[in-house]
Amino acid sequence: MRKIAIYGKGGIGKSTTTQNTVAGLAEMGKKVMVVGCDPKADSTRLLLHGLAQKTVLDTLRDEGEDIDLDDVMKPGFKDTSCVESGGPEPGVGCAGRGIITSINLLEQLGAYDEDKALDYVFYDVLGDVVCGGFAMPIRDGKAQEVYIVVSGEMMAMYAANNICKSISKFGKVGTVRLGGLICNSRKVDNEANMIEEFARQLGTQMIHFVPRENMVQHAEINRKTVIDHAPTHPQADEYRSLAKKINDNQMFVIPEPLEMSALEELLVGFGIMN
Amino acid sequence: MDKNKKETLDLSKFKEEVLAIYPPKIAKKRGKSILLNDPDTIPEIQANVRTIPGIITQRGCTYAGCKGVVLGPTRDIINITHGPIGCGFYSWLTRRNQTRTTSDDQENFIPYTFSTDMQDSNIVFGGEEKLKAAIREAIELFNPKGIAIFSTCPVGLIGDDVHRVSRQMVEEYPDVNIFGFSCEGYRGVSQSAGHHIANNGLFKHLIGRKDDVTPTSKFRVNVLGEYNIGGDAFAIDSLFEKCGIEIVSTMSGNSTLENFETAHTADLSLVMCHRSINYVAEMLETSFGIPWTKGNFIGADATAKTMRKVGEYFGDAELSAQIEKVIAEEMIAVKAAADKATAKTTGKTTMIFVGGSRAHHYQELFSELGMTTITAGYEFGHRDDYEGRRVIPTIKIDADSRNIEEITVTQDATRFKPRKTEEELEKLKAGGLEFNNYDGLMKDMEKGTLVIDDLSHHEMEKLIELYKPDVFCAGIKEKYVVQKMGIPLKQLHNYDSGGPYAAFEGAINFYKDIEMIACSTIFKQMKAPWESEEFVTAEYVFN
Repeated sequence: MRKIAIYGKGGIGKSTTTQNTVAGLAEMGKKVMVVGCDPKADSTRLLLHGLAQKTVLDTLRDEGEDIDLDDVMKPGFKDTSCVESGGPEPGVGCAGRGIITSINLLEQLGAYDEDKALDYVFYDVLGDVVCGGFAMPIRDGKAQEVYIVVSGEMMAMYAANNICKSISKFGKVGTVRLGGLICNSRKVDNEANMIEEFARQLGTQMIHFVPRENMVQHAEINRKTVIDHAPTHPQADEYRSLAKKINDNQMFVIPEPLEMSALEELLVGFGIMN
Repeated sequence: MDKNKKETLDLSKFKEEVLAIYPPKIAKKRGKSILLNDPDTIPEIQANVRTIPGIITQRGCTYAGCKGVVLGPTRDIINITHGPIGCGFYSWLTRRNQTRTTSDDQENFIPYTFSTDMQDSNIVFGGEEKLKAAIREAIELFNPKGIAIFSTCPVGLIGDDVHRVSRQMVEEYPDVNIFGFSCEGYRGVSQSAGHHIANNGLFKHLIGRKDDVTPTSKFRVNVLGEYNIGGDAFAIDSLFEKCGIEIVSTMSGNSTLENFETAHTADLSLVMCHRSINYVAEMLETSFGIPWTKGNFIGADATAKTMRKVGEYFGDAELSAQIEKVIAEEMIAVKAAADKATAKTTGKTTMIFVGGSRAHHYQELFSELGMTTITAGYEFGHRDDYEGRRVIPTIKIDADSRNIEEITVTQDATRFKPRKTEEELEKLKAGGLEFNNYDGLMKDMEKGTLVIDDLSHHEMEKLIELYKPDVFCAGIKEKYVVQKMGIPLKQLHNYDSGGPYAAFEGAINFYKDIEMIACSTIFKQMKAPWESEEFVTAEYVFN
């Protein structure tokens, strides 16, 4: 079983990319579980065709300790297992602690046990690694591979670099490795080349360049992944291709985060200033 | 040997020996908190700075200072700990603060502990609703006049706002005075931060809320920083009653909400524990014009001196005569007890490491027993508690102290009333009465004694190993370690099971208790078998 965490700046398209990739893997016949680690609980919406999921933390609060795995895990597109960690409303309590509690509970309930015959677990994590709780999926024994969704926008790259700092920290003492950057295009000038260079400097790869395409929006409005909604559309093939690359990936590294100045130079060098 | 035990000890070598084991950086830092006293020049000591991690400190946390020390001993205010259960449970009755009601209709909540018992889900989703539920439940069950809420560490981390919850609950229950404290344990370098936070809260939410009082005497005082451990405040109460002086408010041993609310109507504040309550003393002076003077009821002579000060302040011949009469009466039993004890205790030594005033005050009692305090220090004192208030302007404000709210009080527009004219004050000062001042511990300790701030475990062991005191005074964390080394330890946080030790009555109790433990031979039997018995040694047959 491969455990994969998807990180990236807020709004970059982590949940969309994750679910479309998972749909691609599921189509290949892989058994995948998705764990949404965002208090908004919208990481499995496209796989479940709507927000049909009661979160782990809400269930824990309502039912007490007496919980069955079925209470929190719902089958989605092509028999994917969907879980939402959930969390407090904005501005209250501690979402980070919520993720820790939630993942621990899933482990106790046997969500990862061999009888589930999982090929993949995907953690879709909220935004930046702002505190210990959000680093939970990359701590020892949780996720082993991280993919960072990034675009050619400065703040997205800055966030990616920060996430690399966290991976580098935990990677040195544990098993977590960076599998690559997924460029979710924002149609920035020279974007693919810049992200490839960024990846090279971090010591990793740009595993796939996902072009910007309106069909993603259409599919989302229909509460579906592109593979589900328009299986023959070229964008569906992009996600299939990303899924295959992740499935075949052999390059796992401890990244070397860039200094702020190096990051700025990169942006200047690749034409933001043009 | 006992006669002049102190003379035979070389305290000057201690610092060098104790620091030898530390890494250089730590040795440098600790070195500034260890010094040989000179009461004439008063050297500068490092105090109220962060403890070095891993050093095994005696200190407590900010929550302990606020809830445990200052507000905890009060009688009819419900103190709710907002946090996981441990903080509330382990601060429950551990200081033996006693309370006593005077009639059956009065509330006494000290036997209870109140906590919101936060669980994992309260951390994740926020605990404010649970806190509100706890307040409602407390009001339904006990119908208290006041509720104080204390924040523990996790509350600060997740951002529960105890002040807003308090305001909301006051809207729901307008007859109950509900107020919160941001006294998260991690806030300061020690419990001292909690005292300051508590003092601010007392002034903002309690003091001065009730003006109509029915005086029982024309001589009315506050006793500040007296927490009624082992019944100390009761001993002081009865002494004042004999002298015909009314205690308006004791802060906070056996106190009531009303005591706090009327404290501003007193005419003099006596400050016992300077560290934990000097902020309130200052604010009472600034806002209402009540001067404060340092008082000490630990030790018979100290008690007599403090009572005479009070007599002098009020300048009433009849009062002074009554005070002298009471002192004379009380001193008969004190002298008899002292004579009996000192026959055995004279020449013995003690070490005191406790509190922010106790390490100073208890030296009086020991000296009445003919015992010398060869080394002393505070857990959470500041430089002014060691060197005297004159150094306050020179104390560096660091990031840790900035973290604590400073409130500025101004003269109360209608209720400020100077208790004495400038001339009267000058005259009293000329007669030796000091106002708004504390000279600190070092002035009262002999030249060449050791003063150590925030004593570490290693330093404590070294002190015992090198100087073998007859009694060591500290708290529960030290007690059994020290006693296993064959030295009796007297707890001065909770008096073990003894007390009261304040006033004349307390002095007699202390003489007896100290004579018993300092002169007991049982501690000399504390040897492990292999230390006193011959044992067989063997050699290997082959080499």
